[in-house]
Amino acid sequence: MFGFGILSGLIFLPLVGVAFILCLRGDDEAALRNARWAALLATIITFLLSLYAWKLFDTSSSGFQLIEEKSWLGSGLIYKLGVDGMSMPFVLLTTFLMPFCILASWESITFRVKEYMIAFLVLETLMIGVFSALDLVLFYLFFEGGLIPMFLIIGIWGGKRRIYASFKFFLYTLLGSLLMLLAIMAMYGVAGTTDITVLLKTAFPASMQKWLWLAFFASFAVKMPMWPVHTWLPDAHVEAPTAGSVILAGILLKMGGYGFIRFSLPMFPDASQYFAPLVWTLSIIAIVYTSLVALVQEDMKKLIAYSSIAHMGFVTMGLFAMNPQGVQGAIFQMVSHGLVSGALFLCVGVVYDRLHTREIAAYGGLVKNMPLFAVAFMLFTMANVGLPGTSGFVGEFLTLIGTFFANSWVAFFATSGVIFSAAYALYLYRRVIFGVLDKPSLMKMQDLSAREIALLAPLGLLVIYYGIQPGPILDACAASVDLLIKNYQTALGLTKAATLALH
Amino acid sequence: MTPLSFALAHSLPEIVLAVGALALLMLGALRKLTGDWIISECAIVLLGLAALSMLFQVQSSAVIWDGAFIDDSFGRFMKLLALCGALFSLLLSREFMARERIDFFEFPVLILLATLGMLMLISAQSLIALYLGLELMSLALYVIAAFHRDNLRASEAGLKYFVLGALSSGMMLYGASLIYGFAGTVSFTGIGEALRGGPSIGIVFGLVFLMAGLAFKMSVVPFHMWTPDVYEGAPTPVTAFFASAAKMAAVAITVRIVITAFPGMKVQWQQIVVFISILSMAVGAFGAIGQTNIKRLMAYSSIGHMGFALVGLSAGTQQGVLGVLVYLAIYLVMTLGTFAAILSMRIGNRYVENIGDLAGLSRNNKLLAFVLAMMMFSLAGIPPLAGFFAKWYVFVAAIQSNLYWLAVIGMLASVVSAFYYLRVVKVMYLDEPARPFDRVNWEVTAVMAVGGLFVVLFWVYPGPLVEAASAAAKSLF
Repeated sequence: MFGFGILSGLIFLPLVGVAFILCLRGDDEAALRNARWAALLATIITFLLSLYAWKLFDTSSSGFQLIEEKSWLGSGLIYKLGVDGMSMPFVLLTTFLMPFCILASWESITFRVKEYMIAFLVLETLMIGVFSALDLVLFYLFFEGGLIPMFLIIGIWGGKRRIYASFKFFLYTLLGSLLMLLAIMAMYGVAGTTDITVLLKTAFPASMQKWLWLAFFASFAVKMPMWPVHTWLPDAHVEAPTAGSVILAGILLKMGGYGFIRFSLPMFPDASQYFAPLVWTLSIIAIVYTSLVALVQEDMKKLIAYSSIAHMGFVTMGLFAMNPQGVQGAIFQMVSHGLVSGALFLCVGVVYDRLHTREIAAYGGLVKNMPLFAVAFMLFTMANVGLPGTSGFVGEFLTLIGTFFANSWVAFFATSGVIFSAAYALYLYRRVIFGVLDKPSLMKMQDLSAREIALLAPLGLLVIYYGIQPGPILDACAASVDLLIKNYQTALGLTKAATLALH
Repeated sequence: MTPLSFALAHSLPEIVLAVGALALLMLGALRKLTGDWIISECAIVLLGLAALSMLFQVQSSAVIWDGAFIDDSFGRFMKLLALCGALFSLLLSREFMARERIDFFEFPVLILLATLGMLMLISAQSLIALYLGLELMSLALYVIAAFHRDNLRASEAGLKYFVLGALSSGMMLYGASLIYGFAGTVSFTGIGEALRGGPSIGIVFGLVFLMAGLAFKMSVVPFHMWTPDVYEGAPTPVTAFFASAAKMAAVAITVRIVITAFPGMKVQWQQIVVFISILSMAVGAFGAIGQTNIKRLMAYSSIGHMGFALVGLSAGTQQGVLGVLVYLAIYLVMTLGTFAAILSMRIGNRYVENIGDLAGLSRNNKLLAFVLAMMMFSLAGIPPLAGFFAKWYVFVAAIQSNLYWLAVIGMLASVVSAFYYLRVVKVMYLDEPARPFDRVNWEVTAVMAVGGLFVVLFWVYPGPLVEAASAAAKSLF
C-alpha cells in the first residue's frame, strides 16, 4: 500500500490504534473500556499480520527478506526495512507478547488508562522497528525512542520508588546508547552510508573495530544487561507495572542480544574475537553472581529480575562462542526467556493484584486455595530452571554445548549456574506455594480467573511445545546463522593472512 | 558599480523592514494609543512580507553596497530563521504585553529594528557592516529587555545586559581594529586573502577579541553570565525573542566570519571554538540542574545548546556548517515551542515561572503537557524527535574531522542535561496535580501546535530542511 510493504504495516498498525484512542472523548467507564478494547484489537491485528509476514518469510534463505526502501534524510541515510532469520523470531515474539501485556493490564490499571494504552502501542511500534530496521540510524531511532514510553510506563504506573527507577533506567540506557551513536557516526564516516546490508560487507580497520565494538558494547551490555551494568534492571522491574515488566524482560532485554548478533559479531569480527574472553568472563560472573544474589531476595519480582540477568549471561556466552550451536542456542534462549520470564512476571502479577505485595514472606501455602495457579507457576518455574521438556532446557543446553566447543572451562563454570538457578527457583516456589496456609489475608484469595487462564495457558503451551519441538525457531534462524558464522570465519581468516603476510 | 535596482533587489527584506519600521513608528506616534494591537499586527505582516520577499527574490549570490553586504543562500537561510523567530515571538507577545500593561506601540517597532539589525548582521561582509548590524540589533534588544520598566527585575535585566553588552562591543571593536591594522582591510574576503601568508600575532589577538564579543552575543561560556538573569528578568516574549532570533543572528555571523575571513587561521579559531563549545555544554548541563525557575532553566539550556551547535563549527567543514544550520533551525522551533508553553503558565491571571507550578499538568491540560514533554525530550536529543537529528548532524561533522574527544564530552554532557529535561517531564507527568492553568489563547496554542507537530513528525519528512541547509552551507565554501 502506497509503496510500503508489510513491515511498515506492522510498524505503523499500532499507531492506528493510538490514533483511535486519541479520538476517544471523556474519562467515563465506557471510554476506558473502548480504549482497552482498541488497544487489544490493535495488538491482535498486528500479531495476525506478523503471522502473515511469517508465512511470506522463506526460512531456507539466509539473506534479508520483505525488504522495502525509501529515500529519507539523504546522503546515505535511508528508510530501509527487512528481516532475516535472526530478526524474524523477535518480531513474532514482540507481536505475540503485546496482547498479553494489554490483557494483563485489563483490571490492574485503573487510572489514566488511555495514556497507558497509548504508551504501550507506541512502544510496540518502536520495538518492531528495532527488529526490522535495516538502516543504522533508523535502528537507533527505534532503539532509543523506546526510552520515552518506557520511562512514562515505569514513572506513572509504577510502584513506590517509581521515580528513582524510571530516572535510573532512562539515564543508564541513554549513556550507553549515546556512545553507540558516536560509533554509528564513525561507521557512517567510513562507509558513507548507514545501510546495514552495506555495512555488513564493509571491512572496518582492525584498530578502529576495537573502539567501535566497545562503543556498541556499552549500549548493548547496559540493555542486556550484563554484570556490572545490570543494576538498573532490578529497580526497573520491581517498580514497573506487571505488563511493563513483561515487556522489559520479554523484549527490551533482547534488543541487547539482537544488537550483538546484528552488529557486533558480523561487523567487527576481529574485535569480537579479541574481546570474547572479556564477554565470557562477564557472562560467568553474571550467571554465578546474580544467581547467588537471587537466592537471598525477598521480593518476588527482584528475584525474577536477577534470574533474568543470569539467563542473559547464557545468551552472551553462547553468542561469543561463535559456532552454530552457541548462536542458535542464544537466539532460542532469548525467545524462550521472553516467554518464560514474561509468564513468570504475569504469575507475580496475579498474586500481586490480589494481595498488593510482592514480598515472598507474605505468601505461603497457596497450593491449597489456588491449585491452578500452583500448576502454572510450577510449569514456568521449571522452564526457568531449564527442565528438559520445557523450552528453557533447549536454549541453555545448546549455549552450553556451543561454549564447551569453544572453551570448556567457561562451560564448566556456567553449568554451575544451572544448579544455582534450580536452587533459587525451587526455593521461591516452596516459600510461595507450599507450607501452611495460615495467613488470614491469603485464605480468601481466589484461584485464577478466566482472563488469567487465557493469559497463562497459551504461554504454557508454547513453553512445552518449544521444549519438545524446538525446530520451528532453530530452523528459522539456521540459514542466517550459518551465513553469519561463515562470514565471521572468512573475515578472521583474512586478518590472519594479512598479519602473517606482514611478518 | 552595481546598478541600484540590482542592489535593492538583493536587499529587499532589509528594505521592507526598515521602511516598515519607520512608517509604523510614525503611525504609532500619531495615534498615541496604548493597547493598540494594530501596530503589532502590521509588524507581523511586515516580518512575513520580508520572509516572503526572500523566497521570491533571485536565488543567486551577490555582493552589494561596495562590498559591505552579501546576499547568498547561507544568509537567506539564516535570515528566514531569524524572521521566523521574530514573527513568532511577536505573535506570542500580544496577550502577555496586554496583561502586564506594557503593550506600547514601541515594542513591535523595536522588534522590527532589532530584526533589521539581525538581517544586516547575517549579511555583513565587512567589519564595519558587522558592527553596524550588531549595534542596531543590540541597542533595540537592550531597550526591550527592560521594557517592563516598572518591574525591578526587568530593569535590572536591561541594565545588566546593557553594561555587559557595551563591554563586549568594546572588546569586539578593539579586535576589529587590530585585525584592520594588521590585515589592512575590513572586508572579510580581503582579510582572508591577506592572511594567506600565515597570521601575525596581532591578527591572533584581534581574532580572540572579536570572538569574545561574538561569544557574548551567542551567550556561550565564559561570556554567559548575563544569560540566566536577563532571561529571567525580561518579559517572557522578549526572552523568547532573545533565545530564538538573536541567537540565530549571532551564530550566523560567527560562522560566516570564521569561514570566510579566517580560513587561513583554522588552527587558531578551532581551538577557541572547541574550548567554548566544551565549556558551554558543561555549564549548560550542570548549571541547569539546580534551577527552579523554568526561564532560568531555559537560559542554561540555551547555553548548552549553543555549545552543541558550535560542535559543528569546530569541525570547520562544509558538513559542520550544515550541522550548525540544521541545529539552529531545529533549536529555533524547540525554543519557540517551549516558550509558548511557558507563556501558557498562568494561574489566576498571573504568570508563573516555577517548574513546580507545572505539577500534574498532564491531567489538567493534556495537550500543553504533551507538547512541553516532547519539547523537553527533543531538547535532550532523544530520537525520533527533531532534537536528535540536530545532534546527529553536528556530531557527525565532529567525528569526521577526528574531534573524538569533543564528541565524547558532548555526549556525556547531553546525558547530564537529559536529567533536568526529564525532571520537567517528571513534574508534569509523575507528580500530583497542582492548581490548573487558565485558558490558553489561540496564538500561543497555535505556536505550540506547530512546534509540537514539527518536533514529533520531523523524522517523517526531513528531506527539505536538510537539503536547504546543505545548499546554504555550500554557498559559504
